[in-house]
Amino acid sequence: MTIAGRRVPMVFSLLVWFAIWEVVGRLELVFLIPPFTDVLAAIGTVATSSRFGDAALITLQAFAIGMALALVVGIGVGFMMGRVRAIGELMGMWANIFESSPLTAIVPALMALLGFGLPTMIVTVFLFSVWVIALDTQVGVAHVNQSLLEMGRSFGASRRQVLTRIVLFAALPEILAGIRLGLIRGVKGVVIGQLLIAIVGIGYLFERYSRGFLMAEFWALLILVFGFAFALSEAVGFFERRVAAYATSR
Amino acid sequence: MTDPAVRVDDLTKDFPGGTRAIEGVTFDVPAGELTSLIGPSGCGKTTTLKIVAGLLSPTSGQVIVKGRPVTRPGPDRAFVFQDFALLPWATVLRNVAFGLELRGEPKPQREATAREYIAKTNLSGFEHHYPHQLSGGMRQRVGLARALAVDADILLMDEPFASVDEQIRRTFQEDLLRLLSQERKTVLFVTHSIEEAVYVSDQIVILTRGPGRVTNTVRPQIPRDGTSDEIRRSQPYLDAVEEIWGELRTYAEEDMRAPAEAPS
Repeated sequence: MTIAGRRVPMVFSLLVWFAIWEVVGRLELVFLIPPFTDVLAAIGTVATSSRFGDAALITLQAFAIGMALALVVGIGVGFMMGRVRAIGELMGMWANIFESSPLTAIVPALMALLGFGLPTMIVTVFLFSVWVIALDTQVGVAHVNQSLLEMGRSFGASRRQVLTRIVLFAALPEILAGIRLGLIRGVKGVVIGQLLIAIVGIGYLFERYSRGFLMAEFWALLILVFGFAFALSEAVGFFERRVAAYATSR
Repeated sequence: MTDPAVRVDDLTKDFPGGTRAIEGVTFDVPAGELTSLIGPSGCGKTTTLKIVAGLLSPTSGQVIVKGRPVTRPGPDRAFVFQDFALLPWATVLRNVAFGLELRGEPKPQREATAREYIAKTNLSGFEHHYPHQLSGGMRQRVGLARALAVDADILLMDEPFASVDEQIRRTFQEDLLRLLSQERKTVLFVTHSIEEAVYVSDQIVILTRGPGRVTNTVRPQIPRDGTSDEIRRSQPYLDAVEEIWGELRTYAEEDMRAPAEAPS
């Protein structure tokens, strides 16, 4: 970012927004927006409360199981979609429909089917994240350089070796992009699921804070969830940058 | 006369959609020699080479390698690709050793072999570089080293120098001849450069297109004892270039005329 010809660090824009937030909060224009310093103070109290600890634990559990399933199924199905044209055509339409549909609407049906506990949350996380992982994996696998595949075959690679030593690595930039997007959607999925269930985890805390007009705590919780999603996406981004050098020269 | 290393016998290849790429292509590749396939673009040179490699199957006809028909790639043949086909995520060392890695050879052995061929192809010092850090010429040296490392008797080279600068191309051709004289390989070499074919080959098979057929086989008989410049000025070299150019000229002229006729 440059202002009046000078380079300004990106953090500066955040600081400006925080300052505006603080001013709006101090003016007490809208009860929804408490001063930013109050929110910062609330992050400390929320993060250390036992209620948050319990909520985070069950949420992380649902998130981890749901994501693990989504990764295995998404990458597996994406591989098949990319390698076998018939499967790609058969599954592609459905994956695209689910990827772009408002899945939130399915959660109440899941609750009726699976109850108000962990299974519903896991399936919600899975459904939110699996499609983008599958579709990105498909793109990566389908666009592997043909001559690399021929090279593998000409040097006697078995089908398995072609997949694990060539296709997997050649498709890695797209697979990682899919995983990064999938993780963010998974975080969204677990929170939305819990909000609709309304009696468990982080979703329950959101519900409780907003109903009790505890806006500083509400924003603090939102920042914590955002921070978690951001950290995950940056972690994948770290690996993405490591493969970026060869992603452009495939 | 001894059996040829490769016998290409009456190959015909139709692609899906009905295009006939080659028809009745027949020639022998004598053992220990370098045979070039030359012809205008679209004459099926690369198709023929890939059938010999076992990467494509012919519609009819067969390729015999050491008395057995080819059905798939085998350890007796190694391929050098026009676009190098290097693993972009692997170092030079791992790329050169990749053929041996696929065969399950233990890491110390395969890396020792790879280092030997890295030295022979003048790549020493670049073992831990990645392909995107190398020039085109160096990348193709990696491709060549990988093919030599698996110790196949037959090298199949698909326009290996096509994407390399002219100066580098010439030193590369000399390096190739030097390496081949040490390694005793049989080579089938695809090129569209007449000078290159004549300079490196013992035998040149000329293909014409629409569909690809063998029209002639030339054995240039170039003296190999002189310097590169002496060879390029020798009478047998010049005669062979002239003879092949005479055969291919009609196709070049067709290509020149075709676009001019199109607008009317």
